[in-house]
Amino acid sequence: MSSRARLAVFACAGAGLAALLLWGVAGLPAFGHYQGGYGNQLERRVLPERHTTNLVGAVVFDYRALDTLGEEFILFSAVLGVALLLRKNREQQIDEAPDDTVRSDAIRIVGLFLVAPAFLLGLWLVAFGYVTPGGGFQGGVVLAGALLLVYLTGSIHRYTAVTPRTAVEMGEAGGAGAFVVLGLVGLIAEAAYLQNFLGLGKQGTLESGGSIALLNWATAIEVTAAMLLLFKEFLEEYVVAAGR
Amino acid sequence: MIPLQLAVLLLVAVAGTAVVLSRDPLRQAVVNGAYGLVLTLLFVVFQAPDVALSMVVVGSIAYPLVLVVTIKKVRAREREDE
Repeated sequence: MSSRARLAVFACAGAGLAALLLWGVAGLPAFGHYQGGYGNQLERRVLPERHTTNLVGAVVFDYRALDTLGEEFILFSAVLGVALLLRKNREQQIDEAPDDTVRSDAIRIVGLFLVAPAFLLGLWLVAFGYVTPGGGFQGGVVLAGALLLVYLTGSIHRYTAVTPRTAVEMGEAGGAGAFVVLGLVGLIAEAAYLQNFLGLGKQGTLESGGSIALLNWATAIEVTAAMLLLFKEFLEEYVVAAGR
Repeated sequence: MIPLQLAVLLLVAVAGTAVVLSRDPLRQAVVNGAYGLVLTLLFVVFQAPDVALSMVVVGSIAYPLVLVVTIKKVRAREREDE
């Protein structure tokens, strides 16, 4: 197909898409005028019912915790698939990887001053996930990102040293498993699977929200470990490719 | 809609176009990371801090790393085939 014909086809399709998009956007409710019944209900109920100030946290780890359970296992099986595929094709072991230590002092100093604060930020995002914006997922990726900085400003061998394979694999499976078990505890102690089973505590503190805190930490461990495992598999591929 | 929201929406349109127009995959991965940051800004301006946090961690940590490593691997294999 000539480039002029392709451009003509694109112009038609693009104009159609733009028209549909404009039509759709014009029909949206005005900003700040939410019309869904579910959200308005939650806005009224979450604070008295769960004492958590972050509505999103209460939805993710309590009202719709079953959806989060599904998401946990989507991440779990996705990372499992990556590990299975990549390990099968890998010819070289990580112990034989070339030494790729960063030589630049400037980069190493950045690492020295960035790894610990980034890790702390991750812990804070997880811990206060149901009080302020954040939560197990976001905090978990930040925690994994902090350890990834060890590779970026150090070497692959140092990254391997801070993320032992057994610990990472156990964290991934254990975090996902803990979510399932916490759901069962809710079933036994209360009436339904994943029902909140702890005291609700004082609003605006880490003790608020009952078992939301436990589910939040289980998610954080699962996500951190899943991300670390993902980075590990990809980085080993990278080092092998760079070594040749 | 306030001017700040309009400005950020325009910025998203510009950054998105920049991602599409980058031809080199490696450069595209970096431009895409910047696009992720602009989207984060959009979510902050539209008062969705939880979504903004998800966007910044996935868009600037996990996704670029996977892209860059894959590009490197594919290029190493191409060199081997030559």
